[in-house]
Amino acid sequence: MKGATRTLLTIRNLRVDFYTYAGVVKALNGINLEMIKGETLGLVGETGCGKSVTARAITLLVPAPGKITGGAIWYGGDNLVTKSEEAIRHIRGRKISMVFQDPMTYLNPLYTIGEQIAEVIMLHQDVNTLLLDEKISEIRRKLEASDLSEDERDRLTKQLGAMKEKPPRFSKSARKKRALSRVIEVLRMVNMPDPEKVVNEYPHELSGGMRQRAIIAMALSCNPDLLIADEPTTALDVTIRAQILELLMQLKQRLNMTILLITHDMGTVARTCDRVAVMYAGNIVELAETRILFKNPRHPYTVGLLKSIPKLVEETRELTSIPGSVPDLINPPSGCRFHPRCGFAHTICSEEEPQMIEIEPAHYVMCHACGKPSYFQKMN
Amino acid sequence: MVKYFPLKSGVFRKTVGYVRAVDHVSFSVPKGRTLGVVGESGCGKTTVGRLVVRLIEPTSGEIIFEGNDICKLDQKDLRKIRSGLQMVFQDPQSSLNPRMTVKDIVGEPQMIHKGVKGVDLREKVQILLERVGLNPDHMYRFPHEFSGGQRQRIGIARAIALNPKLLILDEPTSSLDVSVQAQILNLLQKLQSEMELTFLFISHDLAVIKHVSDHIAVMYVGKIVENASKQTIFKQPLHPYTQALLSSVQVPDPDYRPEMIPLKGTVPSPVNPPSGCRFHTRCPSSRPICESTEPQLVPVGDEHFVACHSVNA
Repeated sequence: MKGATRTLLTIRNLRVDFYTYAGVVKALNGINLEMIKGETLGLVGETGCGKSVTARAITLLVPAPGKITGGAIWYGGDNLVTKSEEAIRHIRGRKISMVFQDPMTYLNPLYTIGEQIAEVIMLHQDVNTLLLDEKISEIRRKLEASDLSEDERDRLTKQLGAMKEKPPRFSKSARKKRALSRVIEVLRMVNMPDPEKVVNEYPHELSGGMRQRAIIAMALSCNPDLLIADEPTTALDVTIRAQILELLMQLKQRLNMTILLITHDMGTVARTCDRVAVMYAGNIVELAETRILFKNPRHPYTVGLLKSIPKLVEETRELTSIPGSVPDLINPPSGCRFHPRCGFAHTICSEEEPQMIEIEPAHYVMCHACGKPSYFQKMN
Repeated sequence: MVKYFPLKSGVFRKTVGYVRAVDHVSFSVPKGRTLGVVGESGCGKTTVGRLVVRLIEPTSGEIIFEGNDICKLDQKDLRKIRSGLQMVFQDPQSSLNPRMTVKDIVGEPQMIHKGVKGVDLREKVQILLERVGLNPDHMYRFPHEFSGGQRQRIGIARAIALNPKLLILDEPTSSLDVSVQAQILNLLQKLQSEMELTFLFISHDLAVIKHVSDHIAVMYVGKIVENASKQTIFKQPLHPYTQALLSSVQVPDPDYRPEMIPLKGTVPSPVNPPSGCRFHTRCPSSRPICESTEPQLVPVGDEHFVACHSVNA
C-alpha cells in the first residue's frame, strides 16, 4: 500500500492472540491498514472477524486474555505498541478517541453527564492554561480601551507582567466551572437538546439517542485527530441512527477529523464511508473505495456477503447465503481462512496464505484466485 | 382469500398509570401469507406478538383464531389449541433452556401435547432437526454448544414440532449475522410453503420485512398507522411516519441517497403518549386537528389502511 504524508495511522502486520483455556485464539492474523487523514474508513465484517479487536488494539485496550503479539501501529512517528502506558494515556481519549456500541455500558450511572465529560476535559486538557489565556486576553482587551486612566493602565500592565512571570494556579472549582462550560459547548455541538439541563442529568434519564450523543460529545471534547466508532448506532432505532450518522459526518468536516467506523451493517457503510475494509476471521480480505467495493466486489466473501443482504430497493426471490460457518480461530483453516466456504477454492488455497494484491488502482484483495485472469471467467 | 383472524387488543395496565403498549390495534392475517409488523422500539410490536399467543393477557379485545375467540378460552381449552399457534423468539440464547438437551427442547411439545416418548420421540426429533438443517446426531448436545444461527434453528424446530397453523416470529434474525440471517430466512420461506404456514413476522428491519412479507403493518407508539400490501407500502407510503421510516433506512448501495425526512424530537413514551395523533409532535405535516383528535385507521384504497388526518382529508 502506498504511504503518503497524508497518512495518519499505519498498522503493520498486527497480530493479536487471546490465551484462553481452550487454546490460543488467533484473533488478528497480521493485518495491514493505512488511514488517510480526513477520511472515513469503514471496517466491516461479521461476528468474530476481528474488527472490534482491531479498534481495541489501536488504543492499546485489548482486554485480557488478549495480547498484541506482533506488528506495529505507527502514529505521529511512534510505534504505539512499544510505548509505555503513561505515554499512551496522553494519546488515548485525546488524540485518538473512541465511541463504543452500547452507551449505557460506557456511561457511569452514578455520575451526571456533566461530571463525566468534565472529567475527560480536566484530565486531558490543561484547563489551567485555558483559564490563564482567557484571563490574559481579558486584560489585554481592557488595556485597549481608549478611556483608561494612567493608574489603571499601570495596574493592568503590572498584573499582566506578573501573570506571565509567575502564572497563577486557578482553584479546582474555577477549573471545574470552566470545564463544565466547555461541556455545554460540546453538547451543543452534538445537537443535544437542552444541554444546560442535560449536564445535571444522569444517564438513565436520557434516551438512547441522547446517551449516544453524550458519548460522542465526550469523545470529541478534546478535539481528537482520530475517532474510532465501534458500532455507534447499532443499538439505536433506524430514524435516530440516521440522525447520529449525519451528525458524525458533519462533525468530521467541522473538526477536521479522521473516522474509523466499525460495523457489520453494509447500509451504514454505503452511506458514510469513503473507503471500506472487509474483514474475515482475523484478516482484511478486501479494501477499496466504497463505490468500487459495492459495484465491483472481488473477494468471494465480499460477494457472498453483499448477496446475502435483503435489498430494500430491488426484488429478491431467495437470498444467497454463504455455506458453512465462521471458523474456529483456535484451529483456523490452513492457508486461506476462507477456503472451506469458498466456491472458487483451488488447491493452493488450503496450502498457502494469500497475500494482499492490488488488482486495480486502490483496490486490494487477499485471494489467490483473484490475482489470476481465469478467475474472472469463473465469476461470470 | 380466507381471513384468518381479526385481532383487537386494548390498553395494558400498570398500577401507577397506563403503559399504553398496544392501544386498540386491529388487523387480520390471511391464511398461508405473511403479515409483517414493523416499527421502532416501544411501538408495541413485540407486545402484539405475545398477545396473539396469549403469552400475556390482553386487557380487552378479541383474538379470533380459526373462527374462535381464544381470549374467551380457559386454560384447559387454550392448551388444546395452543399447538396451532407457535412462537419463535428473538434471542436464541435466552429462549432455549440451557439445562435441556436439544432432544428435550425439540421433543417437549410432542411429549406434552401428544404423549410421545422413547424411540418414537427420538425419531420425531430426528425428522425435525433434519428439516431445519441441523445434524440429528447433535440432539444430545446443549444449546451453548451451538452457534447463534443453529440455536435459532433449534427454536424453529421446536415451533414447528406440532404442525402449527400460525407462527409468530418476533425478530427471529435480529441477533444474527447477515449471512446467517439469509440462511434462516430461506429456511423459513421453505417451511412456509412446505407446511402451508401463516406468519406474523415482527421486525424493525425494513429490508427483512420487505423480503418476507405479503402485507405490512407499520406501528408507532402502540398504534397501527398504516397497513397495506408490501408493494403499496414501498411504492406509495401515505403516512408521514412510514415515509420518514423508509427514507432513513441505510441501504447497502452508495448511489441510493433518498431525500431524508428529518424527524424532530424523540419517540414519545407509551406511558404518556401525546394527545390526538401520537405522531403529531414529530410530524412534518401536522395540523391543529392532529393535536386534538386521534385519527382512525380507514381504508384509502385496495386493502390500504392509513390513520392520518392529512391523508384522510
